[in-house]
Amino acid sequence: MALWGWLWASPATAVPTALLLTLGCYVLALEIYQFAHRPALLHPAITAMAALIIILSAGKVPYRQYFDGAAFIHFLLGPATVALAVPLYRNLAHIRRLGPALALALVIGASVAVATAWLLGRMLHLSELTLRSLLPKSVTTPIAMGLAETLGGSPSLAAGIVLVTGVIGCLFAPVVYRLLRIRDPAVQGFALGVAAHGFGTAKAFEISPLAGAFASLGLGLTGLATALALPWISRALGL
Amino acid sequence: MDGLRALITLLGYTLAGQVLAHVSGLPIPGPVAGMVLLLVTLMIRGRVSAELERVSALTQRHLSLLFVPAGVGLMTHAAALRAEGAGLLVTLTVSTLLALGTTALILQRLRRGEST
Repeated sequence: MALWGWLWASPATAVPTALLLTLGCYVLALEIYQFAHRPALLHPAITAMAALIIILSAGKVPYRQYFDGAAFIHFLLGPATVALAVPLYRNLAHIRRLGPALALALVIGASVAVATAWLLGRMLHLSELTLRSLLPKSVTTPIAMGLAETLGGSPSLAAGIVLVTGVIGCLFAPVVYRLLRIRDPAVQGFALGVAAHGFGTAKAFEISPLAGAFASLGLGLTGLATALALPWISRALGL
Repeated sequence: MDGLRALITLLGYTLAGQVLAHVSGLPIPGPVAGMVLLLVTLMIRGRVSAELERVSALTQRHLSLLFVPAGVGLMTHAAALRAEGAGLLVTLTVSTLLALGTTALILQRLRRGEST
């Protein structure tokens, strides 16, 4: 176990250790996910996170030490967010054609996501930090983490909350759509992108490519609209 | 160019977004500003290079890997989660289902109006 402690002691070994652990857990989680026919509960990000938390807790490695080592992967969230401009650009024709309908559904859907989270969280007496980390829950993780920080929440708590939101959206979407008789793949996809970000988008691509395109649209637009509106709203309401 | 140019583009726009967010004083995350800048650039140029297309598809396929390091940070919130985990789960479930249903219903209603 002296060797394990030594691995985390200096960046020269801690960085490759943290990167290998993260990539290793993710690749294994991906294999399990595909082997089990892609159930929403076994999403690779969830499995990998759980595995890493167990390994780090068992090995008595403080989170900070792990995070400093894996910081490179975390940094890539920035450029990956920028890269979302490409699917948005690809879907510009759809946006223009359905523009007003999409805009209205998006604004109301995203507002419902934020407002109900705030109200319910208040009613259930969640702590201030949790509430502030909760507001950007329907937004894709890189944006949600930045927003949580701007709002005075915790980026790491927000990242976890966003993951859970995605899983919930994918688990219940088939039921919701059956109850409400939503059969149009474009509508199914867009709502998944708005309410359940990247997880919902992946799910939508399993419905059909068209549903997937509308989901990436919903994901990108919700991220953008929430990022632009939420800080102003919270400031205006004095939250 | 093996994606190097696409990498430079994405890093450049990430930095430009951070600078824009900082200089403008707007409370938006830098990468979001970068995304908007890149979108505007693509609209002006009217096309996406095959390289950027490839790199962007790759990052989207493995987007969930990138939030693992931050998500592992949940381990530092163990006490809070034990205390409010149930309330949090209820809040997330109800709020997500309402958002999903509302968005789908509104869009379906509007699309139907458009086709008739």
